[in-house]
Amino acid sequence: MATKTSAEIIRDGLWNNNPALVQVLGLCPLLAVTSTVVNALGLGLATLMVLMGSNLAVSLIRNFVGESVRLPAFVMIIASFVTCAELLMQAFTYELYQILGIFIPLIVTNCTILGRADAFASKNRPGPAVLDGAMMGLGFLAVLIVLGGMRELLGQGTLFADMNLLLGPMAADWVVRPFENYPDMLFMVLPPGAFVGLGLLIALKNGIDNHLEARRKAESPEPATSGSKRVRVTGNVS
Amino acid sequence: MAFVQQSSPHAHNARPTSRVMLWVIIATLPGLMAQTLFFGWGNLINVVWCIAVALASEAAFLKLRRKPVAFFLKDNTAAVTGLLLGLSLPQFAPWWVSAIAVITAIVIAKQLYGGLGSNPFNPAMVGYALVLISFPVAMTTNWAEAAMLFQGAPGFGETLARILSASQTTVDGWTMATPLGEYKHKIASHTATEVLAHPTFGDGIARGWEWVNAAFLAGGLLLVFLRIITWHIPAGFLGALMVMSLAFGANADQYAPLSLHLLAGGTMLGAFFIATDPVSAATSHQGKLIYGAGIGILIYIIRSWGNYPDAVAFSVLLMNFAVPFIDYYTPPRAYGHHKARRGLPGKNQG
Repeated sequence: MATKTSAEIIRDGLWNNNPALVQVLGLCPLLAVTSTVVNALGLGLATLMVLMGSNLAVSLIRNFVGESVRLPAFVMIIASFVTCAELLMQAFTYELYQILGIFIPLIVTNCTILGRADAFASKNRPGPAVLDGAMMGLGFLAVLIVLGGMRELLGQGTLFADMNLLLGPMAADWVVRPFENYPDMLFMVLPPGAFVGLGLLIALKNGIDNHLEARRKAESPEPATSGSKRVRVTGNVS
Repeated sequence: MAFVQQSSPHAHNARPTSRVMLWVIIATLPGLMAQTLFFGWGNLINVVWCIAVALASEAAFLKLRRKPVAFFLKDNTAAVTGLLLGLSLPQFAPWWVSAIAVITAIVIAKQLYGGLGSNPFNPAMVGYALVLISFPVAMTTNWAEAAMLFQGAPGFGETLARILSASQTTVDGWTMATPLGEYKHKIASHTATEVLAHPTFGDGIARGWEWVNAAFLAGGLLLVFLRIITWHIPAGFLGALMVMSLAFGANADQYAPLSLHLLAGGTMLGAFFIATDPVSAATSHQGKLIYGAGIGILIYIIRSWGNYPDAVAFSVLLMNFAVPFIDYYTPPRAYGHHKARRGLPGKNQG
């Protein structure tokens, strides 16, 4: 397998192969907890931490674990890191831990993490593996936050409410209320809103890609490759 | 010059879509008149507002999609979507609730799926379901009390002022629980006679509502007579609702009686104008019967054992999901062949 450069790993994780927008993995937490920015940020950071840790550990043991038992071994590693994340959240952000509830332990089942462990970390050295984990995690986190912001704004008419649950008392008054007397729009608070929101984000990403591709083609038309046949023409130019 | 691509339904007669839709609009007029007569100006204002928003959002999105705006606006389908929402929303629903419903219907349910002919779900009902889920307060407390126009009902100016205000609730005294809602919430702790004493039921079946439903029935029969819709979907719909009610609803102290099911909610509007949307309904006659019956059964189930007093929107949307399945198993017999083969046309015939 050809090794990827760091720049490629970064670009893949954040955009070209974004876990949420392109691979469409980890939908369960994505749909369930993105009702506010703080929920999205909490779950995204926990996932990011687990992803980096598991990628590092998997990469370190990649030469010592046999092919047949690799998946159970990976799951055990991921589960350990998820337990760490859960305990950390219990210790430092207990209220957020209670809000996110079952979705913290469920990070184990996030396909992005096992997918990256098997597809990348088990075939690469620790350095690139950690970088890949970080970039995939950041790509996932970014989508979570955008979706969380969208749903919080449309659903409850606030932005950055309750950020103190995660960032401490200094973030208590970060909440923005752009509209007066905003009527709660339950559709965006409930999971269907997340489906619609994610669909719109995927469409936006594809739209941007198509636009860039069209511009790139317009700027540099493909040159003729040597060895290809000429168009045969008959008749004379008068 | 490039041909403008027209998608299904491809009518076999010389009737263009715009004419069909115009007849649909005409056929709703008796119902709209009955609504205005019994429930005041609210529906009329809603209809005008919803049609305006529908046309504006359709035009804006056609422009964004670089489609010929005038050509598609002239087919009247956006106007019908707006009209149906205006007829089914509560009379005093605030303007922004109606606008969100219409924009969702046109932009999300219709244009994002590819425009007329490509939408798998009934656009008007997608919009209705969205606002019903999102704004339960605004969608349940704004039903007008039945009062003859010019006899105690709020006047045009007052109604307009109410609709233009931002608040979700209306002044007490203008509104009243719908008959189906009242029956559903009271029947658990009262007998049928006690429940029916509530003024929302009036002296007949359901004050005002019975006439509105009768008017929509008349308009619907006009559409059947003109062969704009076939009888299959309404027959399946109403037949299944009656069978369900006769089978399960014999005890009026437990479930709403059949007369309320048929004449108190959005039943007739749903059976003749909403379920019969040619794009999102089943295609063959046999399929239409099954599709209509499915809606009727679901309406009875949701009304009797679900959380919502009326259920036309959810039932239609759920059966829209089933349409590809129904179409797969009910292909019509092709002329000259003995029996239709199951499955997609042309797949097995080689």
